[in-house]
Amino acid sequence: MPKTKKAVSTGMSAAGQLGLYRTMLRIRLFENCLAGLVEHGEVKTPCHLYVGQEAIAAGVCAALKKSDCVWGNHRSHGHFLAKGGKMRPLMAEIFGKKSGCCGGRGGSMHVICREEGVAGTVPIVAATIPLAVGNALANKLKNTKDVAVAFFGDGATEEGHFQESVNLAALYKLPAVFVCENNMYASHLGVLERRVENNLHEFGNVYRMNSVRTDGNDVLGVYETTLEAVARARKGKGPSFLEFMTYRWYGHVGHRRDMDVGVKRKAELEDWFRKDPVLLAKNALEKSGVSVSKLDGIEEQVKAEVADALAFARKEPYPETREVSEHVYAGRVK
Amino acid sequence: MRIINYANAICEAHRQLLKSDPRVFIIGQGLWSPWYAGSSLKDLDKQFGKNRVIDTPVCENAVTAAAIGAAISGMRPIVFHPRMDFMLLAMDPIINQAANWSYMFAGKSNAPVVIRSVINRGGEQGAQHSQALQALLAHIPGLKVVMPATPYDAKGLLIAAVRDGNPVMYIDDRWLYEIEGAVPEEMYSVEIGKAAIRKKGKDVTIVAISYMAKLALEAGKALAKNGIDAEVIDLRSVKPWDADMVCSSVKKTGRLVVAEAAWKTCGVSADIAAVVSREAFDRLDAPVERVTLPETPAPASKALEAGYYPSATDIVKAAEKTISRRKNGLQSALR
Ligand SMILES: Cc1ncc(C[n+]2csc(CCOP(=O)(O)OP(=O)(O)O)c2C)c(N)n1
Repeated sequence: MPKTKKAVSTGMSAAGQLGLYRTMLRIRLFENCLAGLVEHGEVKTPCHLYVGQEAIAAGVCAALKKSDCVWGNHRSHGHFLAKGGKMRPLMAEIFGKKSGCCGGRGGSMHVICREEGVAGTVPIVAATIPLAVGNALANKLKNTKDVAVAFFGDGATEEGHFQESVNLAALYKLPAVFVCENNMYASHLGVLERRVENNLHEFGNVYRMNSVRTDGNDVLGVYETTLEAVARARKGKGPSFLEFMTYRWYGHVGHRRDMDVGVKRKAELEDWFRKDPVLLAKNALEKSGVSVSKLDGIEEQVKAEVADALAFARKEPYPETREVSEHVYAGRVK
Repeated sequence: MRIINYANAICEAHRQLLKSDPRVFIIGQGLWSPWYAGSSLKDLDKQFGKNRVIDTPVCENAVTAAAIGAAISGMRPIVFHPRMDFMLLAMDPIINQAANWSYMFAGKSNAPVVIRSVINRGGEQGAQHSQALQALLAHIPGLKVVMPATPYDAKGLLIAAVRDGNPVMYIDDRWLYEIEGAVPEEMYSVEIGKAAIRKKGKDVTIVAISYMAKLALEAGKALAKNGIDAEVIDLRSVKPWDADMVCSSVKKTGRLVVAEAAWKTCGVSADIAAVVSREAFDRLDAPVERVTLPETPAPASKALEAGYYPSATDIVKAAEKTISRRKNGLQSALR
């Protein structure tokens, strides 16, 4: 792996660190619950699970304000939860229920929570990268000092959308943070089947923007790296390209591991299980003196939250047939 | 004749094309994996090598344009887009470049490329993973657009498309992959621009596109039980489409239903209705009925999906509506 830049330590408070752990655990347990629902056929909408990558959503979003927006992709349940989205509307959306965050019409791959700054997530690879640039442009023109964050995978950097977007953002010094979650796969193809070298972090250099590659399973590192990028953006110093190295534990979509469809990743997977971001954070907290009972208490609370969301989603009604034609056009616009 | 399914018929056409013509290669996403193409490209990489069966990075624009460039340079590429929705990232090479190439250069150069895309809808996937956008493509001079509904046509139209010499958009539907039918083992082509009568009838013409052709046949059977003798036409090509066959059928039946699982406004169904109302104006006993999607994007929730995609029953109802016009229809009285 090429040289990585070490983030400066900002000394996050103990409460803050517990918050990061809780966020990661919320994502982990939510997604694991979903994996079971997919396996048993209760959930049909295609679910691209975020397990293994929790530290990135948690660390990045902890560095943001509510008014900073994040934009996501097909694998965005983690982004939604980390930015402050509630489990109930997310689970209900995945169940296709009326009280889902999109009234059931979006499903797993299209989620939104504008109140908390989740601007929208969509499954056209790379599509939201230029949209986030537009968000940053609007922020600049309105002088809000808010930052726009695009979450995307290594695969998305292969689309022209990405190249065009980073150039624009750099040229106009836009307050954008490009968060590349390099989990080394785009569906069935490994990164070296798609490019000559796993060197994504160099993209930023070409455009002379702050460009960092770092460990995506170290939640504090992710947080600190993002904090610096966000500070630069707010000060008008332009965008950053942050490449977080990580690995997704489930297969591309659904509850399986993809070994069943010929992706050879058994050894890799075992390697990465040992770098479990949630466990790493938990161990670090324990080491720093947080009691086991406190950590167990958080786990119990998160389990209850997932159980509540599931029970909620199950009992909520489906949308009515006529609702299909609502919202094709926006209502009255201010 | 041997019976195979639609996906395997597509695969066999690719295999025979790769085998018989060294200029043919396949390029796109998901060619080395069973997820994207079902069995429609199964093991081709193993049989012909990864140099001719190329699974690419995620870059529809460059891949499509590169295939067009290779076609202009003497190759016969088949581009694969596992979903039509993804192909939207490649609209410049398709519409500005490939479609115009022969015309702009006065026929001195051409782009014999086949661009295959899949309609892959349903399954609570939502708006960006469900679209059927043939009308966008059929609108463009210089493109041909085929949409086979049977295993026989799936094979024959792919071979015809590769041999055509023009950019041909080949659109298949995942819902057809398991359908079985008779398919000759040897290579053959199905003429682009020719429709097929799937059931003869005299009371009403049903013109159906792609998967709707299957439903139209079911509708035809249901209508027969009610004493209505429908003629079912599988359009097969939507650009050019077989106006001769459709119009002569309508001149016989006096009634037309067009079934297309796409949007109504400016859809292929609109073009058919317009042409028929001109060419068979004085033989129409009822207004043309269209069975299409509602004018909304695709929803995810199964509760909304259930009413979204048109069914055989919708076709039956539309046909009955045209028939019910007979009683007060002026045209037949005047004739
Ligand atoms: C434009 C477009 N092309 C192809 C796809 C199919 N597809 C869905 S996810 C995916 C892989 C994306 O990989 P990456 O961006 O690295 O994200 P990851 O799945 O690894 O999180 C692909 C190719 C798509 N959804 N959109």
